[in-house]
Amino acid sequence: MPARFALDEAELERAHKDVQSKVHPDRFASGSAAERRVAMQWAARANEAYRTLKSPLSRAAFLCERAGVPIDANHNTSMPVEFLAQQMEWREALDEARADGDAARFSALTGEIDEVHGRLIAELASALDVRGDYAGAAGLVRRLMFVDKFRDELRSAVEAQAAPKASA
Amino acid sequence: MALLQIAEPGESAAPHQHRLAVGIDLGTTNSLVATVRNSIPVVIDDAEGRSLLPSIVRYRADGTADVGYSAQKQQSLDPRNTIVSVKRFMGRARADVQHVESMPYDFVDRGDAAPGMLQLRTAAGVKSPVEVSAEILKVLRERAEQYLGGDLVGAVITVPAYFDDAQRQATKDAARLAGLNVLRLLNEPTAAAVAYGLDHAAEGTYAVYDLGGGTFDISILKLAKGVFEVLATGGDSALGGDDFDHRLFCWIIEQAKLLPLSAHDSRTLMVKAREVKERLSVETEVRANALLSTGEVVDVPADSQAFARMTQPLIDKTLAACRKALQDAGLKTTDIDGVVMVGGATRMPHVRKAVGAFFGQTPLTNIDPDKVVALGAAMQANLLAGNHAAGDDWLLLDVIPLSLGLETMGGLVEKIIPRNATIPVARAQEFTTFRDGQTAMAIHVVQGERELVSDCRSLARFELRGIPPMVAGAARIRVTFTVDADGLLSVAAREMGSGVEAAITVKPSYGLSDDEVAKMLQDSFGTADDDMRARALREQQVEAQRLIEATQAALASDGDLLTTDERDAIERLLADVSRSLATNELEAVRRATEALVAGTDDFAASRMDRSIRAALAGRSVAELAK
Repeated sequence: MPARFALDEAELERAHKDVQSKVHPDRFASGSAAERRVAMQWAARANEAYRTLKSPLSRAAFLCERAGVPIDANHNTSMPVEFLAQQMEWREALDEARADGDAARFSALTGEIDEVHGRLIAELASALDVRGDYAGAAGLVRRLMFVDKFRDELRSAVEAQAAPKASA
Repeated sequence: MALLQIAEPGESAAPHQHRLAVGIDLGTTNSLVATVRNSIPVVIDDAEGRSLLPSIVRYRADGTADVGYSAQKQQSLDPRNTIVSVKRFMGRARADVQHVESMPYDFVDRGDAAPGMLQLRTAAGVKSPVEVSAEILKVLRERAEQYLGGDLVGAVITVPAYFDDAQRQATKDAARLAGLNVLRLLNEPTAAAVAYGLDHAAEGTYAVYDLGGGTFDISILKLAKGVFEVLATGGDSALGGDDFDHRLFCWIIEQAKLLPLSAHDSRTLMVKAREVKERLSVETEVRANALLSTGEVVDVPADSQAFARMTQPLIDKTLAACRKALQDAGLKTTDIDGVVMVGGATRMPHVRKAVGAFFGQTPLTNIDPDKVVALGAAMQANLLAGNHAAGDDWLLLDVIPLSLGLETMGGLVEKIIPRNATIPVARAQEFTTFRDGQTAMAIHVVQGERELVSDCRSLARFELRGIPPMVAGAARIRVTFTVDADGLLSVAAREMGSGVEAAITVKPSYGLSDDEVAKMLQDSFGTADDDMRARALREQQVEAQRLIEATQAALASDGDLLTTDERDAIERLLADVSRSLATNELEAVRRATEALVAGTDDFAASRMDRSIRAALAGRSVAELAK
C-alpha cells in the first residue's frame, strides 16, 4: 500500500489479514521452537503495524517521524493561543454539562468536537499527502492528540450519564 | 520435533500422516475431551458412554486419586480430601478466593513471606491447584489415547478469555504435568465461535456469552472469510453457576433457620442447592429437602421466581460486562448479528431471557452449551496439528483481556499494553533512573485496569542490575513486554547504552519449580518396562536420522546464511549425532540430538525469517518493517 495519510481502511484490513495468514504462529504450531519464535515476532510486528496505520492519529505521527520530524509531544507543548483558549472553553463546557447532567449540552459539545476532529483530519491529509509539510503536520498531530483525548473523556462522561445503573 | 523442515505456511511437512490431537475443555464443574475424526468433531466418551468428566478429584491416604464420578460420589463423605471447582484456585492466593470460609478444605497458609498460589493439605499430602488440575487432564489424556489408539502429538486447552496471566500459566503447567504437549491455550468463547462459525459458515459480528461453572466471559467477534477476529473481550473470572448455587444455598440456610453447618452438611446442602437450581430450569416449583447429620430435616419450597429474584444481581453483573465489551469494540447491541450461548449455566431460563432482552434477539443455543467449547478446541487442535486440506483453514486473531503495565513512581501504573490488544503483541517503553549513580532498577509487572498498583494484580518483580553509574535521567532503560499467542507474558529490560539485560517469564509460584515438574514427569516415565525402553530408543533413532537428513538438506539450500565457523560447528554436531546412533544408548542419542537442535536454533530462525520474507514478497514490507 502507498505510504499516504489518506487510505482505504478496508484495504488495510485485508492486507493485515493477508500478512497474518502467512506469519501467524498458528501456522507453525507443529514447528520447532525457532520457527514458532520467529513467527511470533513477525505476527507481533504485523499487529503493531496494523494498529499504527489504522488510527489516523498514529498513522499521521508515523508518517511525520518517518520523514524525520518527531512529534515529541512531551517537550513540544507550544500551541497557538486561540487553540489553548478553545481548550479551556471546552473544559468549562464539559464541567458544566457534568454538573447539570444536561443531555443537550453534551450533544452540542460532542457535535463541536467531532467537527474539529474532522477538520484536523482533512488538514492533515492536505499537509501530508498534498504539500508534504511534515513540520506543519506534526503541529496538527499534537492538536489532534489533545482533541482525541478530550473526546474520550467526553464519551465516558456521556456514558456515565446515560447508564447510571451500570455499576449494579 | 520438525526442526528444519520448513513447510509452506499452514501445511504439515508430512501431509499424509494424520497426527493425533485433541481439544480439552478444562471446566470448573465438568471437563471434556474432543477430537476430529473423519473431518467431524466428536466428544470422546468414557467406557460407560459418558461425555462429561466431573472436575472433582479425591485424594486417598495411599497417594492415589479418584477423578470424576467416583470422586463425586464421595464428596459429602470426604469433603476435606475431595476437591471440587479447583479451577477457581488456579493462579490464586487464598485471599483472592471468595467464600473461602464455607469451603471444607485445609488450606496451607504460606503467609506473606511466601506469596503465590494457595495449596491444600490432603490425605495424599500438600497439593497445589496445578497438581489437582493435572489429575483431571491425565484422565482425559488416557481416555483420548485409548480411543485414538496412539500417543497424542498435542492438545489445545481452553481457558476463560478473562483469565489473567497467572491463571493461564497455571493451566499450561497443569497440562505439562499431565504429560500433554500444549499446542495452544485457546480462549473458551473463541473456541465456541469456531464450532459455531464453521458449522454454520457464519459471517458477521457475534457476541459469545459464556457462563460456566465458575467463570464468565463475553467476547465480541467479527467473522469474515475464514478469519475469526476478536474485537473485545470482558468478563469475571470468579463468577459462574457456582455463585447461583451459593445464593440458593445461603437462601435455604436462611429459610430453614439453620445454625452453622459442619463441612459434611455444608457439602450436602451445596449439592442439594445445585440440584434444585438444575430442576428449576425445567420446573417452576421444587422442594429443597435434605437430612443433615444432626438429624435435622431441611424442607424448603423454592420457586423459579424467587430464584430469579435472588440471582438477578449476578446476571446484572454479566450484563454490565457485556456493555463494557461492546463499548470497547465501538459497537451497539444493534450491530450484533447473533448471540451464542455457551456454558451449562446458560441453561437457566432467566439467564437466556435476560441476555435475549439485552441484545434484543433470541440467543443461539443449537450446539450443546456443555460441549461447544471442547468441539471448537478439537477443531483448532486438528488445524494446528496440520491435519487439514489446503484451503480449508481459518485464522484466529485473539486479544488480551486485561491491560499490562509497570509500577512507576508513587505506586502508579504505566500501561504498556492496553486490554483488547491483538496477540501476539510486543511493545516497548523507555524509562530512566531517578537518582545519580543508580546501578539497579526494580521492575514490577502488574495486570489490571486501575491507576494504582495496589488495585492491580501483581504478576512479577525482577531487577535490572549492572547499570553503569550515570547522572539521574541519563540511563535509557527499554522495557519490552511480549505476549505470545497463548496470551502469556514475558518481560525484558535492557539498558540501551551499556547493553545490560534482564528478562523474566512471568510465572506464579505454587510450590513446584520447573526442575521439579521435569523430575515428576521423568519419574512417571521411568517405571516403563523394557519394551517401552526399546520403543523409545527406536523412536529416538528415527528422530535423529530424520534430523540429520533435514539438517543436511537445510545446509544445502540455505548454507549461505552461515559463516564458515557456524557451518563447521553444525557439521561437528551432525557428526556427534551420527556417532551416537551407533551406540544404541537412548540417553546418548537423546543428548546428541538435543545438542544438534540447540546448535541449529539460530540457523533455523534465520531460515524461517527468509522463508517468511519470501512469502511476503510483493507486499510492501517497508510498511511493516518500520
